[in-house]
Amino acid sequence: MNGLHDMGGMDGFGKVEPEAGEPVFHAPWEGRVIALTRAMGAAGAWNIDMFRATRESQTPSVYLNSSYYKSWALVVEALAVKRGYVEPDELAAGHALHPARSLPREVLRRDGVPASIRRARFERPSTSPPLFEVGARVRTKNIHPATHTRLPRYARGRLGVIDRVLGFQVFPDSSALGSGDAPRWLYAVVFDGRELWGADADATLKVSIDAFEPYLEAA
Amino acid sequence: MPPHDHDHGSELSEMSLRVRALETVLTEKGYVDPEALDAIVETYETKIGPRNGAKVIARAWSDAAFKRALLEDATKAVAEFGEVGRVGDHLVAVENTSKLHNIVVCTLCSCYPADLLGLPPVWYKSAPYRSRAVRDPRGVLADFGVNLPSDTEIRVWDSTAETRFLVVPLRPPGTEGWDEERLAALVTRDSMIGTGRAKNPEEVGP
Repeated sequence: MNGLHDMGGMDGFGKVEPEAGEPVFHAPWEGRVIALTRAMGAAGAWNIDMFRATRESQTPSVYLNSSYYKSWALVVEALAVKRGYVEPDELAAGHALHPARSLPREVLRRDGVPASIRRARFERPSTSPPLFEVGARVRTKNIHPATHTRLPRYARGRLGVIDRVLGFQVFPDSSALGSGDAPRWLYAVVFDGRELWGADADATLKVSIDAFEPYLEAA
Repeated sequence: MPPHDHDHGSELSEMSLRVRALETVLTEKGYVDPEALDAIVETYETKIGPRNGAKVIARAWSDAAFKRALLEDATKAVAEFGEVGRVGDHLVAVENTSKLHNIVVCTLCSCYPADLLGLPPVWYKSAPYRSRAVRDPRGVLADFGVNLPSDTEIRVWDSTAETRFLVVPLRPPGTEGWDEERLAALVTRDSMIGTGRAKNPEEVGP
Protein backbone atom coordinates (compact mmCIF):
# COMPACT_ATOMS: atom_id res chain seq x y z
CA MET A 1 0.00 0.00 0.00
CA ASN A 2 1.11 3.55 -0.66
CA GLY A 3 1.30 4.40 3.03
CA LEU A 4 3.21 6.85 5.12
CA HIS A 5 5.54 4.04 6.20
CA ASP A 6 7.11 4.14 2.73
CA MET A 7 9.36 7.06 3.61
CA GLY A 8 12.40 6.69 1.35
CA GLY A 9 13.17 10.05 -0.29
CA MET A 10 10.59 12.15 1.58
CA ASP A 11 11.52 15.65 2.73
CA GLY A 12 10.68 17.55 5.85
CA PHE A 13 11.41 15.19 8.72
CA GLY A 14 14.49 17.09 9.83
CA LYS A 15 17.84 15.99 11.14
CA VAL A 16 18.76 12.59 12.46
CA GLU A 17 19.28 13.03 16.19
CA PRO A 18 21.14 10.17 17.85
CA GLU A 19 20.65 9.92 21.60
CA ALA A 20 23.86 9.53 23.58
CA GLY A 21 23.83 6.54 25.93
CA GLU A 22 20.43 5.41 24.72
CA PRO A 23 18.93 2.68 26.93
CA VAL A 24 17.54 -0.51 25.36
CA PHE A 25 14.07 0.52 26.55
CA HIS A 26 12.93 3.98 27.62
CA ALA A 27 10.23 2.57 29.91
CA PRO A 28 9.47 -0.95 31.17
CA TRP A 29 6.27 -1.21 29.11
CA GLU A 30 8.32 -1.00 25.91
CA GLY A 31 10.06 -4.25 26.80
CA ARG A 32 6.71 -5.89 27.54
CA VAL A 33 5.43 -4.85 24.10
CA ILE A 34 8.29 -6.46 22.24
CA ALA A 35 8.04 -9.54 24.47
CA LEU A 36 4.30 -9.88 23.75
CA THR A 37 4.99 -9.46 20.05
CA ARG A 38 7.67 -12.16 20.02
CA ALA A 39 5.62 -14.54 22.20
CA MET A 40 2.45 -14.26 20.10
CA GLY A 41 4.50 -14.62 16.92
CA ALA A 42 6.28 -17.71 18.28
CA ALA A 43 2.90 -19.28 19.07
CA GLY A 44 1.80 -18.70 15.48
CA ALA A 45 -0.92 -16.13 16.22
CA TRP A 46 0.27 -14.18 13.17
CA ASN A 47 3.33 -13.86 10.94
CA ILE A 48 5.77 -11.00 10.57
CA ASP A 49 4.26 -9.85 7.29
CA MET A 50 0.81 -9.55 8.87
CA PHE A 51 2.43 -7.55 11.65
CA ARG A 52 4.09 -5.15 9.20
CA ALA A 53 0.94 -4.84 7.09
CA THR A 54 -1.13 -3.99 10.16
CA ARG A 55 1.33 -1.34 11.25
CA GLU A 56 1.36 0.20 7.79
CA SER A 57 -2.43 0.35 7.90
CA GLN A 58 -2.40 2.67 10.90
CA THR A 59 -3.75 6.06 9.87
CA PRO A 60 -0.88 8.43 9.07
CA SER A 61 -1.50 10.62 12.11
CA VAL A 62 -1.37 7.61 14.45
CA TYR A 63 1.67 6.16 12.67
CA LEU A 64 3.63 9.40 12.95
CA ASN A 65 2.54 10.53 16.38
CA SER A 66 3.03 7.25 18.19
CA SER A 67 6.37 6.28 19.60
CA TYR A 68 7.74 3.11 18.01
CA TYR A 69 6.64 0.77 20.77
CA LYS A 70 3.27 2.46 21.17
CA SER A 71 2.71 1.82 17.49
CA TRP A 72 3.67 -1.83 18.07
CA ALA A 73 1.31 -2.13 21.06
CA LEU A 74 -1.56 -0.91 18.89
CA VAL A 75 -0.64 -3.53 16.28
CA VAL A 76 -0.62 -6.34 18.86
CA GLU A 77 -4.06 -5.24 20.06
CA ALA A 78 -5.42 -4.95 16.53
CA LEU A 79 -4.05 -8.31 15.39
CA ALA A 80 -5.18 -10.11 18.55
CA VAL A 81 -8.71 -8.91 17.81
CA LYS A 82 -8.59 -9.38 14.05
CA ARG A 83 -7.24 -12.94 14.34
CA GLY A 84 -9.94 -13.84 16.86
CA TYR A 85 -7.79 -14.32 19.96
CA VAL A 86 -9.22 -11.42 21.94
CA GLU A 87 -12.39 -9.36 21.86
CA PRO A 88 -12.41 -5.58 22.23
CA ASP A 89 -14.36 -5.69 25.49
CA GLU A 90 -11.55 -7.73 27.03
CA LEU A 91 -8.98 -5.07 26.16
CA ALA A 92 -11.24 -2.44 27.67
CA ALA A 93 -11.75 -4.50 30.84
CA GLY A 94 -8.13 -5.55 31.13
CA HIS A 95 -9.24 -9.13 31.79
CA ALA A 96 -10.25 -12.23 29.89
CA LEU A 97 -14.04 -12.38 29.47
CA HIS A 98 -14.39 -15.03 26.76
CA PRO A 99 -12.99 -18.51 26.11
CA ALA A 100 -9.54 -18.68 24.51
CA ARG A 101 -8.99 -19.82 20.96
CA SER A 102 -6.34 -22.44 20.33
CA LEU A 103 -3.02 -21.24 18.94
CA PRO A 104 -1.38 -22.88 15.91
CA ARG A 105 1.78 -23.63 17.91
CA GLU A 106 2.79 -24.23 21.52
CA VAL A 107 2.73 -21.33 23.94
CA LEU A 108 6.23 -19.92 24.26
CA ARG A 109 7.90 -20.93 27.53
CA ARG A 110 11.12 -19.67 29.07
CA ASP A 111 13.26 -22.45 27.59
CA GLY A 112 12.07 -21.62 24.09
CA VAL A 113 13.04 -17.96 24.29
CA PRO A 114 16.55 -18.08 22.74
CA ALA A 115 15.23 -19.84 19.63
CA SER A 116 12.21 -17.54 19.41
CA ILE A 117 14.38 -14.44 19.41
CA ARG A 118 16.65 -15.71 16.66
CA ARG A 119 15.34 -14.72 13.27
CA ALA A 120 13.27 -17.23 11.40
CA ARG A 121 14.27 -18.93 8.18
CA PHE A 122 12.52 -17.50 5.13
CA GLU A 123 14.27 -19.64 2.52
CA ARG A 124 12.14 -22.36 0.89
CA PRO A 125 13.03 -25.20 -1.52
CA SER A 126 13.04 -23.71 -5.01
CA THR A 127 10.56 -24.94 -7.57
CA SER A 128 12.03 -23.07 -10.56
CA PRO A 129 15.36 -21.55 -11.58
CA PRO A 130 15.83 -17.78 -11.10
CA LEU A 131 14.84 -15.69 -14.13
CA PHE A 132 17.74 -13.28 -13.68
CA GLU A 133 21.48 -13.68 -13.26
CA VAL A 134 23.92 -11.39 -11.51
CA GLY A 135 24.66 -8.49 -13.86
CA ALA A 136 21.30 -8.63 -15.66
CA ARG A 137 19.58 -5.32 -16.31
CA VAL A 138 16.09 -5.19 -14.88
CA ARG A 139 13.36 -2.64 -14.48
CA THR A 140 11.19 -2.60 -11.39
CA LYS A 141 7.51 -2.66 -12.21
CA ASN A 142 5.38 0.41 -11.76
CA ILE A 143 2.87 -1.26 -9.48
CA HIS A 144 0.75 0.14 -6.67
CA PRO A 145 -0.91 -2.73 -4.83
CA ALA A 146 -3.41 -1.60 -2.22
CA THR A 147 -2.20 -4.41 0.02
CA HIS A 148 1.20 -5.11 1.59
CA THR A 149 4.26 -4.96 -0.65
CA ARG A 150 7.99 -4.55 -0.06
CA LEU A 151 8.74 -2.63 -3.25
CA PRO A 152 9.25 0.96 -2.06
CA ARG A 153 7.74 3.75 -4.11
CA TYR A 154 11.06 5.46 -4.78
CA ALA A 155 12.28 2.35 -6.60
CA ARG A 156 9.28 1.65 -8.85
CA GLY A 157 9.68 1.84 -12.62
CA ARG A 158 13.46 2.19 -12.25
CA LEU A 159 16.31 0.64 -14.15
CA GLY A 160 18.71 -1.41 -12.06
CA VAL A 161 21.16 -4.29 -12.15
CA ILE A 162 20.95 -7.63 -10.37
CA ASP A 163 23.72 -7.50 -7.78
CA ARG A 164 23.06 -10.72 -5.88
CA VAL A 165 20.70 -13.66 -6.08
CA LEU A 166 19.62 -13.97 -2.44
CA GLY A 167 17.48 -17.08 -2.51
CA PHE A 168 13.97 -18.43 -2.89
CA GLN A 169 12.05 -16.87 -0.04
CA VAL A 170 8.64 -16.30 1.47
CA PHE A 171 6.81 -13.64 -0.56
CA PRO A 172 5.54 -10.99 1.87
CA ASP A 173 2.84 -9.76 -0.52
CA SER A 174 1.18 -13.18 -0.15
CA SER A 175 2.13 -14.03 3.40
CA ALA A 176 0.73 -10.76 4.76
CA LEU A 177 -2.70 -11.71 3.40
CA GLY A 178 -2.63 -15.14 4.98
CA SER A 179 -2.43 -16.61 1.48
CA GLY A 180 0.61 -18.78 2.17
CA ASP A 181 4.36 -18.47 1.70
CA ALA A 182 4.15 -18.44 -2.13
CA PRO A 183 7.99 -18.26 -2.23
CA ARG A 184 9.70 -16.33 -5.02
CA TRP A 185 13.27 -15.61 -6.07
CA LEU A 186 14.76 -12.69 -4.23
CA TYR A 187 17.51 -10.43 -5.58
CA ALA A 188 19.57 -7.47 -4.45
CA VAL A 189 18.97 -4.92 -7.20
CA VAL A 190 21.27 -1.91 -7.34
CA PHE A 191 20.36 1.48 -8.81
CA ASP A 192 22.42 4.56 -9.58
CA GLY A 193 21.47 7.48 -7.39
CA ARG A 194 20.67 9.51 -10.53
CA GLU A 195 18.24 6.88 -11.79
CA LEU A 196 16.30 7.24 -8.54
CA TRP A 197 16.68 10.93 -7.75
CA GLY A 198 17.42 12.67 -11.02
CA ALA A 199 20.39 14.38 -12.61
CA ASP A 200 21.18 16.48 -9.55
CA ALA A 201 21.68 13.46 -7.33
CA ASP A 202 24.99 12.55 -5.73
CA ALA A 203 27.03 10.91 -8.52
CA THR A 204 28.78 8.64 -6.00
CA LEU A 205 25.51 7.16 -4.70
CA LYS A 206 24.24 3.66 -5.33
CA VAL A 207 21.18 2.27 -3.59
CA SER A 208 20.07 -1.32 -3.49
CA ILE A 209 16.81 -2.91 -2.47
CA ASP A 210 15.95 -6.55 -1.99
CA ALA A 211 13.38 -7.23 -4.69
CA PHE A 212 11.26 -10.31 -5.28
CA GLU A 213 11.02 -11.60 -8.84
CA PRO A 214 7.38 -10.49 -9.33
CA TYR A 215 8.57 -6.88 -8.83
CA LEU A 216 10.97 -7.12 -11.78
CA GLU A 217 11.01 -7.34 -15.55
CA ALA A 218 13.92 -7.74 -17.95
CA ALA A 219 15.30 -4.48 -19.34
CA MET B 1 14.50 14.69 19.73
CA PRO B 2 11.40 15.14 17.60
CA PRO B 3 8.26 14.76 19.72
CA HIS B 4 7.02 11.68 17.89
CA ASP B 5 10.14 9.74 18.83
CA HIS B 6 9.83 10.18 22.53
CA ASP B 7 7.22 9.54 25.09
CA HIS B 8 5.58 12.33 26.93
CA GLY B 9 4.89 11.70 30.59
CA SER B 10 1.20 11.27 29.84
CA GLU B 11 1.84 8.70 27.14
CA LEU B 12 4.11 6.86 29.53
CA SER B 13 1.51 6.30 32.20
CA GLU B 14 -1.26 5.75 29.66
CA MET B 15 0.85 3.19 27.80
CA SER B 16 1.99 1.54 30.98
CA LEU B 17 -1.64 0.86 31.91
CA ARG B 18 -2.66 -0.08 28.41
CA VAL B 19 0.14 -2.58 27.91
CA ARG B 20 -0.47 -4.07 31.36
CA ALA B 21 -4.12 -4.63 30.38
CA LEU B 22 -3.05 -6.25 27.10
CA GLU B 23 -0.55 -8.52 28.85
CA THR B 24 -3.13 -9.49 31.49
CA VAL B 25 -5.71 -10.47 28.87
CA LEU B 26 -3.21 -12.49 26.83
CA THR B 27 -1.88 -14.18 29.98
CA GLU B 28 -5.31 -15.00 31.41
CA LYS B 29 -6.29 -16.54 28.10
CA GLY B 30 -3.18 -18.71 28.19
CA TYR B 31 -1.56 -17.30 25.04
CA VAL B 32 1.58 -16.01 26.73
CA ASP B 33 3.63 -17.07 29.73
CA PRO B 34 4.88 -14.10 31.82
CA GLU B 35 8.09 -15.97 32.63
CA ALA B 36 8.88 -16.22 28.96
CA LEU B 37 8.12 -12.51 28.57
CA ASP B 38 10.55 -11.74 31.40
CA ALA B 39 13.20 -13.84 29.67
CA ILE B 40 12.73 -11.99 26.37
CA VAL B 41 13.13 -8.60 28.03
CA GLU B 42 16.17 -9.86 29.94
CA THR B 43 17.74 -11.19 26.75
CA TYR B 44 17.42 -7.86 24.98
CA GLU B 45 18.62 -5.91 28.01
CA THR B 46 21.61 -8.04 28.94
CA LYS B 47 22.55 -10.67 26.35
CA ILE B 48 22.25 -9.26 22.83
CA GLY B 49 23.95 -6.04 21.88
CA PRO B 50 26.59 -4.37 19.73
CA ARG B 51 29.38 -6.09 21.69
CA ASN B 52 28.44 -9.28 19.85
CA GLY B 53 28.85 -7.63 16.47
CA ALA B 54 32.09 -6.00 17.60
CA LYS B 55 33.62 -9.41 18.36
CA VAL B 56 32.78 -10.57 14.85
CA ILE B 57 34.33 -7.46 13.29
CA ALA B 58 37.47 -7.76 15.43
CA ARG B 59 37.89 -11.34 14.23
CA ALA B 60 37.38 -10.25 10.62
CA TRP B 61 40.08 -7.59 11.01
CA SER B 62 42.46 -10.14 12.52
CA ASP B 63 41.87 -13.17 10.36
CA ALA B 64 41.71 -12.82 6.58
CA ALA B 65 40.21 -16.29 6.12
CA PHE B 66 37.43 -15.48 8.58
CA LYS B 67 36.76 -12.19 6.79
CA ARG B 68 36.45 -14.01 3.47
CA ALA B 69 34.06 -16.53 5.04
CA LEU B 70 32.05 -13.71 6.63
CA LEU B 71 31.66 -11.87 3.33
CA GLU B 72 30.77 -15.14 1.60
CA ASP B 73 28.11 -16.35 4.10
CA ALA B 74 27.83 -14.30 7.27
CA THR B 75 25.25 -16.52 9.02
CA LYS B 76 27.50 -19.55 8.60
CA ALA B 77 30.69 -17.72 9.52
CA VAL B 78 29.17 -16.30 12.71
CA ALA B 79 27.85 -19.74 13.70
CA GLU B 80 31.30 -21.26 13.20
CA PHE B 81 32.93 -18.36 15.07
CA GLY B 82 31.05 -19.64 18.11
CA GLU B 83 31.65 -16.71 20.45
CA VAL B 84 28.39 -14.85 19.96
CA GLY B 85 25.91 -17.70 19.55
CA ARG B 86 23.95 -18.51 16.46
CA VAL B 87 22.31 -15.78 14.45
CA GLY B 88 19.38 -16.11 12.09
CA ASP B 89 19.63 -16.82 8.41
CA HIS B 90 20.12 -14.29 5.66
CA LEU B 91 22.85 -12.23 7.33
CA VAL B 92 25.02 -10.48 4.75
CA ALA B 93 28.26 -8.69 5.66
CA VAL B 94 29.46 -5.87 3.40
CA GLU B 95 32.94 -4.41 3.62
CA ASN B 96 33.97 -0.78 3.64
CA THR B 97 37.12 0.10 1.73
CA SER B 98 39.00 3.31 1.09
CA LYS B 99 36.85 3.71 -2.05
CA LEU B 100 33.46 2.43 -0.85
CA HIS B 101 31.30 3.21 2.18
CA ASN B 102 28.25 1.07 3.00
CA ILE B 103 25.20 2.26 4.92
CA VAL B 104 22.22 0.17 6.06
CA VAL B 105 18.65 1.42 6.37
CA CYS B 106 15.11 0.08 6.37
CA THR B 107 12.97 2.72 4.68
CA LEU B 108 9.77 0.70 5.13
CA CYS B 109 10.00 -0.22 8.82
CA SER B 110 12.89 -1.06 11.13
CA CYS B 111 14.66 -4.17 9.80
CA TYR B 112 18.03 -4.45 11.56
CA PRO B 113 20.56 -7.22 12.33
CA ALA B 114 19.15 -7.53 15.85
CA ASP B 115 20.56 -11.04 16.40
CA LEU B 116 24.00 -9.52 16.33
CA LEU B 117 23.56 -5.87 17.36
CA GLY B 118 20.54 -5.96 19.68
CA LEU B 119 17.47 -3.79 19.18
CA PRO B 120 17.85 -0.80 16.88
CA PRO B 121 18.28 2.67 18.37
CA VAL B 122 15.41 5.17 18.11
CA TRP B 123 17.11 7.17 15.36
CA TYR B 124 17.38 4.10 13.11
CA LYS B 125 13.59 3.66 13.27
CA SER B 126 12.87 7.38 12.93
CA ALA B 127 11.39 9.21 9.96
CA PRO B 128 14.42 11.49 9.45
CA TYR B 129 16.80 8.55 8.98
CA ARG B 130 14.44 6.37 6.96
CA SER B 131 13.48 9.19 4.60
CA ARG B 132 16.94 10.61 3.96
CA ALA B 133 19.39 7.72 4.05
CA VAL B 134 18.56 6.55 0.51
CA ARG B 135 18.60 10.00 -1.05
CA ASP B 136 21.02 12.15 0.93
CA PRO B 137 23.33 9.77 2.75
CA ARG B 138 26.11 12.37 2.93
CA GLY B 139 23.72 14.70 4.71
CA VAL B 140 22.78 11.92 7.12
CA LEU B 141 26.45 11.13 7.74
CA ALA B 142 27.03 14.83 8.47
CA ASP B 143 24.33 14.58 11.18
CA PHE B 144 26.59 11.92 12.73
CA GLY B 145 29.68 14.07 12.30
CA VAL B 146 31.09 11.87 9.55
CA ASN B 147 32.46 13.44 6.39
CA LEU B 148 33.64 11.17 3.60
CA PRO B 149 35.93 12.21 0.74
CA SER B 150 33.81 13.51 -2.12
CA ASP B 151 34.92 10.69 -4.44
CA THR B 152 34.10 7.83 -2.06
CA GLU B 153 31.33 5.71 -3.50
CA ILE B 154 28.37 5.33 -1.15
CA ARG B 155 26.30 2.19 -1.24
CA VAL B 156 23.04 2.24 0.67
CA TRP B 157 21.43 -1.11 1.46
CA ASP B 158 17.67 -0.74 1.95
CA SER B 159 16.56 -3.78 3.97
CA THR B 160 13.32 -4.41 2.11
CA ALA B 161 13.21 -8.20 2.63
CA GLU B 162 14.57 -10.58 5.28
CA THR B 163 18.25 -10.08 4.46
CA ARG B 164 20.03 -8.35 7.32
CA PHE B 165 23.14 -6.34 6.59
CA LEU B 166 26.23 -5.88 8.73
CA VAL B 167 28.87 -3.35 7.72
CA VAL B 168 32.50 -4.34 8.21
CA PRO B 169 34.07 -0.96 8.94
CA LEU B 170 37.60 0.04 8.00
CA ARG B 171 40.20 -1.01 10.54
CA PRO B 172 41.62 2.14 12.11
CA PRO B 173 45.28 2.96 11.47
CA GLY B 174 47.72 2.47 14.32
CA THR B 175 46.21 -0.81 15.49
CA GLU B 176 48.80 -3.20 14.08
CA GLY B 177 49.41 -6.11 16.41
CA TRP B 178 46.35 -5.44 18.57
CA ASP B 179 44.52 -8.50 19.89
CA GLU B 180 40.84 -9.04 19.19
CA GLU B 181 39.66 -7.78 22.55
CA ARG B 182 41.38 -4.42 22.08
CA LEU B 183 40.16 -4.21 18.50
CA ALA B 184 36.57 -4.97 19.52
CA ALA B 185 36.61 -1.95 21.84
CA LEU B 186 37.06 0.24 18.74
CA VAL B 187 34.00 -1.14 16.95
CA THR B 188 30.94 1.02 17.58
CA ARG B 189 27.36 0.09 16.85
CA ASP B 190 27.10 2.93 14.34
CA SER B 191 30.22 1.75 12.50
CA MET B 192 28.44 -1.57 11.85
CA ILE B 193 25.38 0.26 10.47
CA GLY B 194 27.55 2.58 8.38
CA THR B 195 26.63 5.85 10.10
CA GLY B 196 29.92 5.97 11.94
CA ARG B 197 33.55 4.93 11.74
CA ALA B 198 35.40 2.65 14.10
CA LYS B 199 37.14 4.61 16.85
CA ASN B 200 40.77 5.58 16.53
CA PRO B 201 43.22 4.26 19.16
CA GLU B 202 43.50 7.68 20.84
CA GLU B 203 39.72 7.69 21.46
CA VAL B 204 39.86 4.67 23.77
CA GLY B 205 43.05 5.31 25.72
CA PRO B 206 45.81 2.78 26.40
